[in-house]
Amino acid sequence: MVALEIGWGTTLAIKTLVVVMVIPLGALILGYTFLLKMMSHMQSRLGPMDPGGFHGWFQLVGDGIKFLQKEDIMPADADKKVFAMAPVVVVLSTFLVFAVIPMGPDLVVVNLDVGIFYALAVSSLSVIGILMAGWSSANKFALLGALRAAAQLIAYELPLLLAVIGVAIQAGTLNLQDIVLAQQNGGIFGWDVIGNPYILTQFVGFGLFMIAAQAELSQTPFDMPVAESELVSGYMVEYTGFRFLFFFIGEFGTAFAFAAIAATLFLGGWAIPGVTGDLANILGPLVLFAKLMAVAFLMFWVRFTYPRLREDQLQALAWKVLIPIGLVNILVTGILKVTL
Amino acid sequence: MPKLPGLIGGLGITLKTMLKPAVTVQYPHEKETPAPRARGVIALKEENCTACMLCARQCPDWCIYIEGHKEQRPPRREGGRERSVSLLDRFDIDYSLCMYCGICVDVCPFDALFWSPEYEYSENRIGDLLHDKQKLGEWMATVPEREPLEIGAEPGKTAKK
Repeated sequence: MVALEIGWGTTLAIKTLVVVMVIPLGALILGYTFLLKMMSHMQSRLGPMDPGGFHGWFQLVGDGIKFLQKEDIMPADADKKVFAMAPVVVVLSTFLVFAVIPMGPDLVVVNLDVGIFYALAVSSLSVIGILMAGWSSANKFALLGALRAAAQLIAYELPLLLAVIGVAIQAGTLNLQDIVLAQQNGGIFGWDVIGNPYILTQFVGFGLFMIAAQAELSQTPFDMPVAESELVSGYMVEYTGFRFLFFFIGEFGTAFAFAAIAATLFLGGWAIPGVTGDLANILGPLVLFAKLMAVAFLMFWVRFTYPRLREDQLQALAWKVLIPIGLVNILVTGILKVTL
Repeated sequence: MPKLPGLIGGLGITLKTMLKPAVTVQYPHEKETPAPRARGVIALKEENCTACMLCARQCPDWCIYIEGHKEQRPPRREGGRERSVSLLDRFDIDYSLCMYCGICVDVCPFDALFWSPEYEYSENRIGDLLHDKQKLGEWMATVPEREPLEIGAEPGKTAKK
């Protein structure tokens, strides 16, 4: 272990900086790799090729600069304060998630005992931001989008939690760091060469988590809150310029956060077999990033393939399919945990 | 549940498409050769034009501007009448209006208008898209050879060669 003598103030500054940097950077990476490039190639086109010289890597940065230059328009009837605060609330909930995600044995901003509970709790704060945005916009499309978002996020919060409970039962802890360690040191029926990434034993939970996360992120096939063909852009419809940029960062930053949570819970987080100590601290962030990108690939692959569900189909899927499966999953996990 | 195979098949299609090279042609860097009889730009063979105005009248967009005058020429034979010939003063096609329907080319009775597959003549100013008769004449160099007639067909009266 490297013994670095740094005061708590410096540590706090570094930790804050990391968390603040990770979201826009993550949003940029996901937006570029998946939204611009992967979607283009899935539709047999190239996407942006010119900005920045190499395969248009500068496109999103340029877009960001463009958004900053735009006029800040606010509807005349809007509730000004709420309207201005809503994007901040959405992005803030994403920032808060990253405070508990471990990136190495010692690289974690806050090692909370109720880590996963906290992460899911703050991630659902974004629905308040979305409701604020929709309500304060004084626009019926925005309001409908926000109400749809609220209904959807509440419905899919449950399968998300139920999927996570299976992992929590198997690991015996809510602490994300301990969940990673349990996966690294665990074994499946005594076979522990690769540890026990919970995707192998909690594959039902993984499926549930991915579907529910897709709905939480309001990505296709669950993108009714922003349905372009019905609601124009849902709760974002009145937003321009840097406020819209906030929502954009929020969308992809949240995808980044959920991919990180999924990678931590089901793919073993920063851990790779046989790597511990200082090396794990150095490799950890990279390993987590690689696993996160694999999860994000799945999310966006589904997003770019499927059409949108109908609103009642969405609710039926959550309440009639996902939640019962989640409950059975918990039951089976609990029985196996006790008997084995 | 019965929809599951279709859903997975859909994922397979997007994955396959992603792994195949994209069909996009990056235009300014690489160019496609247009089909030989593509409708790129209309060329004018000035010596065939009699300023009969048929093309200008048929043009749905009214984008052809023709001005001409008549001149008296000496008779061909001794003791004959003086001939009057139509001379073209102005023949402009406004390509900012043209919709490439090709009616002018079809309607021309004297084979003065031709399609050329050239397509790279965009301009920074919209006014520069008005091609005058000299510029339209320059396009003649790019007009492809006439397609050969079908085997057994008789050549028309006006067809050369």
